Amino acid sequence: MKNKNSGLTKNLILTGVGGQGNVMASRALAGMLVDAGYVVTIGETFGMSQRGGSVMSHLRISPDAVKSPQIPKGGADVIVALEPLEALRVLTVYGNPGVSLISNARSIDPMGVITGERDYPSEETIHEAFARLTARCWIFDATAIGLVLGNPVLSNIVMIGALAGTGLLPIDRRMFAKEIRKTLSPEKYALNLKAFDAGCSMIK
Amino acid sequence: MTRLLSPAGSRVLFLGNEAIARGALEAGVSVATGYPGTPSSEVIESLATVARGRNLYVEWSVNEKVALEVAAAASFAGLRSMAVMKQNGVNVASDFLLHLTASGTRGGLVLVSCEDPGALSSVNEGESRYFAGMLEMPLLEPADFQEAKDMTKWAFELSEAIGNVVMLRSVTRMSHASGNVICGKFPAKTRKAVFRCDGPIMDSQTGPMISTPVVAKHLLRQQKLKTVQALFEKSPFNCYTGPARPDLLLVTASACSLYAAEAVEMLGLQKRVGILKIGTTWPLPPRLVSGHLRKAGKILIVEEVMAFLEENVKVLAAGDPKLSKGKTFFGKYDGTLPFAGELNPDIVADALAKIFKIRRDALSPSYLEEARKTAAMLPPREQTFCAGCPHRASFWSIHNAIALDSREGFVCGDIGCYSMAALTPANGYWTMPTLHSMGSGTGLAGGFAKLAPFGFKKPVLTVCGDSTFYHAVIPALINAQHNRADVTFIVLDNQGTAMTGFQPHPGIEVNALKESVPAVDIAAVCRAIGAKVTVCDPFDLAATGAVLTDFLAEKGLLKVLILRQACALSPEKKGKKTFEMKVDEELCLGDACGCNRLCTRIFRCPALVWDRKKKKAAIDEVVCAGCGVCASICPQKAIVKTPVASAFASGG
Repeated sequence: MKNKNSGLTKNLILTGVGGQGNVMASRALAGMLVDAGYVVTIGETFGMSQRGGSVMSHLRISPDAVKSPQIPKGGADVIVALEPLEALRVLTVYGNPGVSLISNARSIDPMGVITGERDYPSEETIHEAFARLTARCWIFDATAIGLVLGNPVLSNIVMIGALAGTGLLPIDRRMFAKEIRKTLSPEKYALNLKAFDAGCSMIK
Repeated sequence: MTRLLSPAGSRVLFLGNEAIARGALEAGVSVATGYPGTPSSEVIESLATVARGRNLYVEWSVNEKVALEVAAAASFAGLRSMAVMKQNGVNVASDFLLHLTASGTRGGLVLVSCEDPGALSSVNEGESRYFAGMLEMPLLEPADFQEAKDMTKWAFELSEAIGNVVMLRSVTRMSHASGNVICGKFPAKTRKAVFRCDGPIMDSQTGPMISTPVVAKHLLRQQKLKTVQALFEKSPFNCYTGPARPDLLLVTASACSLYAAEAVEMLGLQKRVGILKIGTTWPLPPRLVSGHLRKAGKILIVEEVMAFLEENVKVLAAGDPKLSKGKTFFGKYDGTLPFAGELNPDIVADALAKIFKIRRDALSPSYLEEARKTAAMLPPREQTFCAGCPHRASFWSIHNAIALDSREGFVCGDIGCYSMAALTPANGYWTMPTLHSMGSGTGLAGGFAKLAPFGFKKPVLTVCGDSTFYHAVIPALINAQHNRADVTFIVLDNQGTAMTGFQPHPGIEVNALKESVPAVDIAAVCRAIGAKVTVCDPFDLAATGAVLTDFLAEKGLLKVLILRQACALSPEKKGKKTFEMKVDEELCLGDACGCNRLCTRIFRCPALVWDRKKKKAAIDEVVCAGCGVCASICPQKAIVKTPVASAFASGG
């Protein structure tokens, strides 16, 4: 259900598998938005919940108010997924006919799939479900881009670049550069900017 | 982390725990201690990063009780101090806390408990709020990030005003959520430590710091609560939002107040529901609460896990017949809200919809049906040991040794990432059927070992992590040795407090402040107790298996095996492969091999996958950590490891 009176608040969910850099990406994104003057609330969990399991960060981007760190069911405006199965998992709880999705195409098999007890949905099934459950979706292999740049974990920054490319949030390259300059070494800074640009160019 | 030191007036995105740390800095905290535990760890971690040059001592203590004792010493010497822990840590600290609240304190002393409703990263849903009532100390609960900072700062002032410890309680959705905070000033001057103990026994500012005479000190503690209540009546941390005469008064605290506000908004009930957000939850300020209770005939109390707030509001209302007459209370006792698990905006909205008999807007039935059908086909993503995790190798050897021994041996579990061997039993190859609090595995194992006279024949093993060893295992280990308990005790030493983010512990030569300190060697401690000790690399499956098989055969004594290999996520190992792994497709016989997919079906490494097209095992290069262990388990020797030239050499 969409909030009646919070049309001004944008709800974004960043999801993936523990170890994919979900938390780093949500921090970078939130940092940019805070600098731009928004009141941002992030909800997430760390610790053992990260070990190989599904991870999710909820970002509430409001012009003026602290929001609940958990987005209401069916209340996502944008979903950014580092793994397609996790995109589906989040969509089925927080999706609605108006939601936009940007998803990495590269899958990570859950243990039940590795052991053969369960099946990973086929690419076709995933694309069909995306089409039925979203208003707009972009899907591309961000991990492959990360690997070309030298590290698969850069897929998180590739996805942020793609998010900027969609124009769904008021973020751009300049803001991203300013944000990561605060924490990264010059070498990593340049590499992250490359990943951002590569992601941005995936959105047409 | 320079962000924590942002100048006064700047608007910064803080994790709830960083907001608490910033509040402590603004209060002029001199000593901060804690034991790592999700969701509390970042308070001490962030303070440690800024301690240098600030006249601030930060310590990762051996456990929560010692952490509180170290902090209390600073308070007795007139300094401001804090001890930080997760919910069950308060249980560990509680014996000292009982006596501390009786002796009283001097410099402001704040106990921060970060709790985990819904057990998102815990094996319990422990509640520390009842300690506040039981031990008669004030309880504060922040409801947003700004408040987390401001309330922490005020908690020190309150503690000094009453001469007793103040408890500040956060929850996962506050500690591990982030939001905007406007920073305040740091104090100009620092304090000097002075401990006076020459005054009268009843003067906690100059006399001896003791809990006797018990009854007199108890009465003194209760008198302090009168001052607390008077201050709470005027506290800006309690606020009311809503109409003058609401149909329903919603009383709430902590992160729940954000859920409540959102739920009221979702249902468009702003003109009918008033929200009383209480920040000072124990003791409740009676005049303030009764004043608001008078406003409405219906009262809904919204809080997580136990009904602490509901009980206290009802006790207050019951004391005034005029106040409770004709009122309907909704909360946990009438079944409106659950007594377990965490809340969210939807659960609160459902409760309000039920009380007001209104329907919540919903998505179209066709969309919901589509979502339901999609959800049904999704394989769950269960937690598992990471690729390259030493625990997987350790449990592989433990399982095989137990199987060879054939007396149905089992492992008493403990708290760490290796708890996953019990939480998802297939991760531990079905060897670990017990799991309780830190150190309990060793105590239980010592107990099982004494059941032979009652016909109990299974051999007993137990595991603990390196940090857990120091925290709570040593007394149980001494107990086992002294009572000749036949136990195989295994330390899963992954060189740090890995699960909570690699905080140092007494076995590491560096402390929280990155200073060089003497390490206390686990093997030396065990040998000093008199136990037989062997140290092994768990990645060496053959050597580890041989030691375990010998240990199980050697009856009547305590045997210690230290399995030492750094965590795959440790900063020195992360992203660096020791081996490049590959499955030789010629050698892998797939389903034709008699192994029945031992590697992917049983071993359960997230990087060792089954290629359904080729019907053979394969390595997911993106996930693989290059530990090389899987090469030792394939009966066909089809998994091949090649050393990486610039590999991190595992030190052991």
